Amino acid sequence: MKAITVQDIKRNYGKVEALKGLSFEVEKGEIFGIIGPDGAGKTTLFRILTTLLLADSGTAIVDGNDVVKEYKEIRKKVGYMPGRFSLYQDLSVEENLKVFASIFNTTIEENYHLVKDIYQQIEPFKTRRAGALSGGMKQKLALSCALIHEPVVLFLDEPTTGVDPVSRKELWTMLKKLQNQGITILVSTPYMDEANLCDRIALIQDGAFMKIDTPENIVAAYDQELWAVKSDDMSKLLKDLRANPGVKSCFAFGDTHHITVGKIIPSALETYLKEKGHSDIRITPIKAGIEDCFMELSEAS
Amino acid sequence: MKVIEAHDLTKRFGNFTAVDAITFEVEKGEIFGFLGANGAGKTTAMRMLCGLSKPTSGIGKVAGFDIQKDPENIKKNIGYMSQKFALYEDLKVWENLRLFGGIYGVPAKEINPRIDSLLHTLGFTAEKNTMVKSLPLGWKQKLAFSAAIFHEPRIVFLDEPTGGVDPAARRQFWELIYDAADRGITVFVTTHYMDEAEYCDRVSIMVDGRIDALDSPTNLKEKYNVRSMDEVFFQLARGAKAKE
Repeated sequence: MKAITVQDIKRNYGKVEALKGLSFEVEKGEIFGIIGPDGAGKTTLFRILTTLLLADSGTAIVDGNDVVKEYKEIRKKVGYMPGRFSLYQDLSVEENLKVFASIFNTTIEENYHLVKDIYQQIEPFKTRRAGALSGGMKQKLALSCALIHEPVVLFLDEPTTGVDPVSRKELWTMLKKLQNQGITILVSTPYMDEANLCDRIALIQDGAFMKIDTPENIVAAYDQELWAVKSDDMSKLLKDLRANPGVKSCFAFGDTHHITVGKIIPSALETYLKEKGHSDIRITPIKAGIEDCFMELSEAS
Repeated sequence: MKVIEAHDLTKRFGNFTAVDAITFEVEKGEIFGFLGANGAGKTTAMRMLCGLSKPTSGIGKVAGFDIQKDPENIKKNIGYMSQKFALYEDLKVWENLRLFGGIYGVPAKEINPRIDSLLHTLGFTAEKNTMVKSLPLGWKQKLAFSAAIFHEPRIVFLDEPTGGVDPAARRQFWELIYDAADRGITVFVTTHYMDEAEYCDRVSIMVDGRIDALDSPTNLKEKYNVRSMDEVFFQLARGAKAKE
């Protein structure tokens, strides 16, 4: 049995097609990432799978239960951390966790082992009101509350949005630990660099999946010739590269520009750039990352 | 010419020091990246520089005006945009620009021509009468940036302007930033995308209320002997996290 099976799920909001027929499966114990920008349909998908929203058509099964007919079963055994902080701001840290434990007929003591690693970090502040916590601590409390009833599937909707790179890395370390305890995790993120931390990913844009595979396979399937280019004037370089007919696409990527090229060789491009007045030119053929793939796929669609 | 000057700028809330004697300067036309972990004090520092919060001690000058004595003049000479608040969703594209122009005192007869030329430059003339809420996010952000600099401020403050925006739109956004800087507008920007730190002329990294590093991305990478800004950030911010 799969942890999640989704077949041709569609959902419109008025005239807007938020989900245009999504299908995918998540294996038990997998970390599956839904990767794409805001407005792509990530939250709509999460709300359907957690039985909070009805699809217009299609079916979805979570841990063997249908999201429409057996929604009560699903609610008992999944954990959901929405993108927006939705705990009780006026209750203390400990009170929030207690509320979630008792709703699910358990106690903090009974399942302490599940949340221990995460909850211990905020336990020194357990009498503080949740509304007065820092962003990072709120996130840890929300994750503890989503975990306290020992869910079989954990749904995390953009847990790292607006979070600094250090805290993001900490969160992913926690997710790996939860995976080792046998929990299936469906996680969404707009940060492309987090794709590599998932077992498999779906790249989503405008309510449709552009690709579903392991990050390794997606990168390996990239079929463009890709070079990283640098010079002494990066702003001018962007314009000059785009003006060259041998260059198909050109985007800034940190301290280099990534270009996809047609019929041109590096030495010819170097000559061209020298004529344009660039110096310290460096042209290096490189392997694509997930972000290169995402941009290529969205260009094609 | 210096557009921002901060000298020992400090903000305390009770016995908590949110911003701890920061000292730095930003030049005209510079793209200045203001980085730091969540809770490091970035927002508090930015609020002081925008004239929205009085420093406990220290001196700050923005666009030539003292942040203690003359915050109202600062507000007139800066632009501000954040991911959270940028535009009015229920107004049309041109109405948003009209509103921002009016608020910032752009002469009435200049507003309409300026709107037309701006929309033309953005390739956005066809959407002049579109409600902002029906625009894609990438476009909203570009429009929000254009609204923030509609009155040609000396400085524009951008608070995580590209969060959640798709990869191509995120890069187009940065090209607008480059254009603004080329026109002499100083750009003060926070981001959690470390590849965007590379696009800045200089970057400061705040840790526990202090500025622990300030230099060009190239020099910072050399100093910490690493290959990316991501690694520079980690080396600096990890120490602070250990104490949390």
